[in-house]
Amino acid sequence: MVPSRRGAASVYCARGITKIYRMGEVEVPALRGVDLDLFEGEFVVLLGPSGSGKSTLLNILGGLDVPTAGHVSYRGKDLTSNDDALLTGYRRRHVGFVFQFYNLIPSLTARENVALVTEIAENPMRPEEALKMVNLGHRLDHFPAQLSGGEQQRVAIARAVAKRPDVLLCDEPTGALDIETGIVVLEVIERVNRELGTTTAVITHNAAIAGMADRVISVASGRISHVKINEHKQQPSELQW
Amino acid sequence: MKALDRKLLRDVLQMWGQLLAICAVIACGVGTFIMTQSALAGLSYTQQTYYEQSRFSRIFSNVKRAPLSVGKRISEIPGVSQMQLRVVRDVTLDVAGMTEPAVGRLISVPEHSMPALNTLYLRSGRYIEPNRPDEALCSEGFAKSHGLKPGDKVTAIINGRRKELEIVGIALSPEYIYQIRAGQLVPDDTRFGIFWMGEIALSAAFDMQGAFNDICLDLTSDANEAEVLRSLDRITRPYGGMGAIGRRDQISNKFISDEISNLKRMGLIVPGIFLLVAAFLLNVVLSRIIALQRDQIAALKAFGYSNFAIAWHYLKMVIVVVLMGELIGLGVGCMLGMQIMNLYTKFYRFPSLTFMLPMHVVLGSFMVSATSAIVGTVGVIHKAVSLPPAEAMRPEPPANFRPTIFERLGLNSLLTQTARIIVRNIERRPFKALFSSLGIALSVSIIILGHFSTDSLNFLLELQFQVVQRQHVSVTFVEPYSHSALYELQHMPGVIRTEPGRVVGIKMRFAHHERRVAISGLQMNPQLSHLVDSEEQPIHLPDAGLVINTKLASLLGVKRGDVVTIEVLEGAQPTWQVPIAALVTEHFGLSAYMNLHALNHLMKDGELVNTIHLLVDQKHRDELYTKLKETPKVASVTIKEASIRSFRETVMENMLQMQFFNLMFACVIAFGVVYNTARIALSERGRELASLRVLGLTRGEISFILLGELAVLTLAAIPLGILLGFGLGKIVTTFLDTELYRIPLVVSPKTLSMAVSVVTLAAVASGLVVRRKLDHLDLIAVLKTRE
Repeated sequence: MVPSRRGAASVYCARGITKIYRMGEVEVPALRGVDLDLFEGEFVVLLGPSGSGKSTLLNILGGLDVPTAGHVSYRGKDLTSNDDALLTGYRRRHVGFVFQFYNLIPSLTARENVALVTEIAENPMRPEEALKMVNLGHRLDHFPAQLSGGEQQRVAIARAVAKRPDVLLCDEPTGALDIETGIVVLEVIERVNRELGTTTAVITHNAAIAGMADRVISVASGRISHVKINEHKQQPSELQW
Repeated sequence: MKALDRKLLRDVLQMWGQLLAICAVIACGVGTFIMTQSALAGLSYTQQTYYEQSRFSRIFSNVKRAPLSVGKRISEIPGVSQMQLRVVRDVTLDVAGMTEPAVGRLISVPEHSMPALNTLYLRSGRYIEPNRPDEALCSEGFAKSHGLKPGDKVTAIINGRRKELEIVGIALSPEYIYQIRAGQLVPDDTRFGIFWMGEIALSAAFDMQGAFNDICLDLTSDANEAEVLRSLDRITRPYGGMGAIGRRDQISNKFISDEISNLKRMGLIVPGIFLLVAAFLLNVVLSRIIALQRDQIAALKAFGYSNFAIAWHYLKMVIVVVLMGELIGLGVGCMLGMQIMNLYTKFYRFPSLTFMLPMHVVLGSFMVSATSAIVGTVGVIHKAVSLPPAEAMRPEPPANFRPTIFERLGLNSLLTQTARIIVRNIERRPFKALFSSLGIALSVSIIILGHFSTDSLNFLLELQFQVVQRQHVSVTFVEPYSHSALYELQHMPGVIRTEPGRVVGIKMRFAHHERRVAISGLQMNPQLSHLVDSEEQPIHLPDAGLVINTKLASLLGVKRGDVVTIEVLEGAQPTWQVPIAALVTEHFGLSAYMNLHALNHLMKDGELVNTIHLLVDQKHRDELYTKLKETPKVASVTIKEASIRSFRETVMENMLQMQFFNLMFACVIAFGVVYNTARIALSERGRELASLRVLGLTRGEISFILLGELAVLTLAAIPLGILLGFGLGKIVTTFLDTELYRIPLVVSPKTLSMAVSVVTLAAVASGLVVRRKLDHLDLIAVLKTRE
């Protein structure tokens, strides 16, 4: 059992998750029996080197993938059933994703990229509002190719939070960015977590980022190796790497 | 507009070149479909309504001469609703400004009113008036060809006497929509004209008062046609009845119905080829788009877009392309359809031949093009949709390469490093390479398909008029005469050689098959009209027994040695049992031949002839024609040179027009396939090629890798295309194998080299377009973008 902040309700409850990838004739275990709970409103950093299995874990939590064995539930709802319509609905209603490579649609402007999500959400912000939140109110009609890496990632965050998701899952959001830009992006994520109360999980291999989390869950070789509760959270601007 | 639709729009705009190429291919398919189907609809509708309006008769028969009183018995045959008894005679016409004689068919019509059956349509002028024996209506084709108008006169030579006919009106008849004389290859409006005259005048001119020699019947809707034909034959037999035929065997109707059934069959092959290519191109292009947008698909799925929404998104792109292709194709098809209608008006004399585009044809074309697009893309879209979102987030794994067969065979040293890239790339995705090659091959085959008919017809002209028919002029007599008629002709000016023959109308029967044909009696060792086998070698005419052409043999199901029943339709109308002695290969009609002596022996009416082939000294040609015009015995004169000319002027010219369209179509396919293949190769391998440039390879060297692959595919496509061309040609000739004519599959070296050069040019042109893009490859940008 993973230690947790007491008092808050459990959003995710994962037990014994195992994920095995088959690469031709060899089986590659990515996760080997992980137990994990995430709680309402907390900011969690999943820390580990590349290949440790943290992305796989995030994908399973986000309903992008299902484990080979074990159970995951989101607010009591099973996420391991491999029912595509159910997982699609879950992603549509509850999850906001931020990817390492932004995954913006290059043929759509910043505003349109956000609209892509708000159009199918139940109670979204206006795209302009979401972009203003990430300080891009002045670059609404720029195409991804006209934006810097940091700006693109902020569009991606705006796109993720515009639907007011219950959870925000970020996969190496600063992985492709330099330090200053990375900090700006992390500040945005922190603000969303703080102001909207969105449960946030950030994957990184960068130990420095761990300082801003409520909880740091270290992952190595497909297992949770260590969990640390930060008594004093750092501001992104205080981070150094 | 939804953000996703905006993406669609911009994706389409970004790839406009490739998508336009596919649109063009679809447009060709839809265009040819619309063209043939609209022609089909227009022609069948016009035929049907004209037949109804003009009360085109259902039964046709002729006799030598029968008293009008026989008519009562005919009209009493059960099933006969209407009867028309006429006098019909072919005469020689002397037309101002034309030295050679023309054939005029004189048909009697009631003096006081239009005939109730086979009603005439007056294009201009008026109907004949009673008590004016010189008035006649002239058929439109003949009138146009000679510039005749109401008020003009032509001279007919009736029983050796010249008679002036005054044209009072220009008319059309459902019997002569396709105005061709039996035994001719194509209509010759200059040398064959129909004239309708008052029955009193005509009967008087031919000593047919109180008699008739031609019968037209209409039937009640519940009539049994076969039964009526039998009853009619029984009644007319004593009067020299030649055997009645139904509308199906009426010559003009037969040609039109043949064209309709050809359209039905041909209307599917060519559009099919285009839509197959379009399906393939859509498959290739969409596969690439989806490979490039893996991460976008993954992101959309992560945001909660359903599989259906994603499938619909890509399907919409396909729909846009199909709709555009459909619209362009509709336009092109209508244009071509009108062109075809225009062409038909040269052949078919309808009061009006209107272009028609029935709704079901438009819907049909849409269904067909949409189906082909769906067939081409359903697999790709399914693959995109079933991509697990987490999987899609990772870049596509590197392609799996391995040493090629070439290398495994130890021929490694033969390949340069760049050639190795080409060979491995082709071998890695053999099906894609095969289909690209196949696409290019199809354009080669379309050119062959469009051109071989000219080659075939040239071959036929050569065979028919140089090898088989060596005479200059053929003369047919009004009735069989003794050999003295032959001597008469021999002494006419300019005649170098004569060759007598006798044509006898018969019914040939074997088991339950029966065909109405003519037996031509030929003299031993003919010098002017040859029979040849499939190798064009002359066949020796046996002393007894029949020689029939292979088409007739296959229709009757007979082979050499079988004995057939011959029912002679003239004279004493005897019935014989005659063995089949040999088969000949012929490309026109159904025919049978016999030794003239043997034929006369069977006819038991003496040594008679009714056709004479002449070899003529061209210097005295005009004198001969003048003399022939004045000879009462002569029913018609056929001049070979004129036949060849009218054949070239009509059929060949129209064919050239269609070939031009075919050529355009083939270029569209060739360019569409090569250009798309090249663009996709560039998109897939831009990064690789840019890396090679960074490593120091020249533009020429990287172009070689990309364009070399295209060159290999194009080279492989050429022999494949030639093979396909022959295959498709074979299918088409099989479809066109009718009782009226058979087109042999002949492909000239000129056609082959044309097909190869057009496709090579299209390949080079699209290669150059891609080469330009390669020259402008942005090395840094390409290296920065993530695969």
